[in-house]
Amino acid sequence: MPEPASLHLLVNDVPITVSRGTTVASAILIAGIPTRQSVSGEARGPLCGMGICFECRATIDGVRHQRSCQVLCAEEMEVRTS
Amino acid sequence: MTEHFDILVVGAGPAGIAAAVTAAATGERVGLVDDNPAAGGQIWRSGAAQSTAARTWLERLAASPVARFQGWRVVDSPSRCVLRAEGNRVCRDLGYEQLVLATGARERFLPFPGWTLPNVMGAGGLDAMVRGGLPIAGKRVVVAGTGPLLLAVAAHLAHRGARIVAICEQASLGRFLPFFASLLGEPVKVMQGIEYALSTFGSKIYTGCWPVAVSGQEKLETVTLRRGGRQWEERCDYLACGFHLVPNLELPALMGCRIDNGFVVVDDRQQSSIAGIFCAGEPTGIGGVEIALLEGEIAGLAAAGKLDAANKLALRRRRRFGFVRALTAVTELDPRLKQFVTDSTLVCRCEDVSFARIREHASWREAKLHTRCGMGPCQGRVCGAAAEFLLGWDAGSILSSVRPPIYPVLVSSLGDPDKLVYEGNSLAPAGGLTPKETE
Repeated sequence: MPEPASLHLLVNDVPITVSRGTTVASAILIAGIPTRQSVSGEARGPLCGMGICFECRATIDGVRHQRSCQVLCAEEMEVRTS
Repeated sequence: MTEHFDILVVGAGPAGIAAAVTAAATGERVGLVDDNPAAGGQIWRSGAAQSTAARTWLERLAASPVARFQGWRVVDSPSRCVLRAEGNRVCRDLGYEQLVLATGARERFLPFPGWTLPNVMGAGGLDAMVRGGLPIAGKRVVVAGTGPLLLAVAAHLAHRGARIVAICEQASLGRFLPFFASLLGEPVKVMQGIEYALSTFGSKIYTGCWPVAVSGQEKLETVTLRRGGRQWEERCDYLACGFHLVPNLELPALMGCRIDNGFVVVDDRQQSSIAGIFCAGEPTGIGGVEIALLEGEIAGLAAAGKLDAANKLALRRRRRFGFVRALTAVTELDPRLKQFVTDSTLVCRCEDVSFARIREHASWREAKLHTRCGMGPCQGRVCGAAAEFLLGWDAGSILSSVRPPIYPVLVSSLGDPDKLVYEGNSLAPAGGLTPKETE
């Protein structure tokens, strides 16, 4: 059976549908929210897209500080930004 | 448990793939370790269909006996001829006889007021987001910075339906034309061709132009551009801004490879100053895909001891030096780009350290110790290259502060991988944590 083309996940408890192959960072951008708050309280989003800047880190399936640009979305994944 | 390879390759971009496939074809047992979800590096991200070269090499890799560790990042070298990699919250040790470092490059980011706002990204950064599923059709995008990547990104985003409001290349036209001339001999035609291609999508190319500020409430709303004496605002959804590339030198530096002028020093066979450690692709000089593939093949052959074949390719490699030189010259940053950083502009985004606080110090090391700049999770990968340009601190002094682990790791990865059990976010050492030996 072919894998379904779209995936359903929760970003801060909001359901989001993305196509297979979407990174978690892109899903967070689609949700329109920042990925994290900086140490002085600024809202931040992804910068480098290749796993070096750590601006896109988020909690994915309960695991904190994951670089969301390096993780692909999966069915029923739960993503939380700070 | 240590897995052992005759040849271990770090980085599955063009250079690493070429090295691994070429070495494996000689019968050596080869391992390939790479941080990204899929092979291809940044240039072939999510797109075997992008070019014939990409398709060919990714197919060769798939058909090869190379042992692949995709989604694993190398964090340390715990002992001689062993690298430690972490992936999916576990770590493993990979042993080798010969090592090929093909760690690629990242974009150089320069700070200016507002650059930390969400939706200000690297040029390659936004491109990666779009390749990673971000819809861009109908969005207004300003592409800025320097280097050939800008045009490639603009063309790709336009193809996906983005409205490219402006492309701002910091190099002047006077600098740009000789570069194209060196390549093709018909500079005006090349520029016209590119301008034509992009004008179809309604975008405008400015040379000698760069962003000086970004503003917005929660995220980017407008970017202020400057060209000569003229300054104006453009409303946009995304600013894709990168100032060419800087090589990823953390691992070569950790291994003790000699680095000169910001690049790993290699001989004609891509061997570094350390016997048995080879380096290929952008870390030896920013030259693009074709040179990276060639260097990868040379490194793979040399690491496998096929020196005659390596030497033959090395002759071809030598003919490309002119291109690397021309590319370096055209992407040299205009010193006026330093003028737009204000005292309150953050340079270190991890620890939120302002330019005023960093520039008080005489060196990168001193600034780190006093302000924590470069000591957050990115370990200076972003602010180091910015400080290098803004304050004239050389890349060598910035790299001299590289320490293992070269990425943030789980505490467990500093211990003995055989003795650890993972439970949720916490660690449960089965046999007690082994403290990391200090040198």
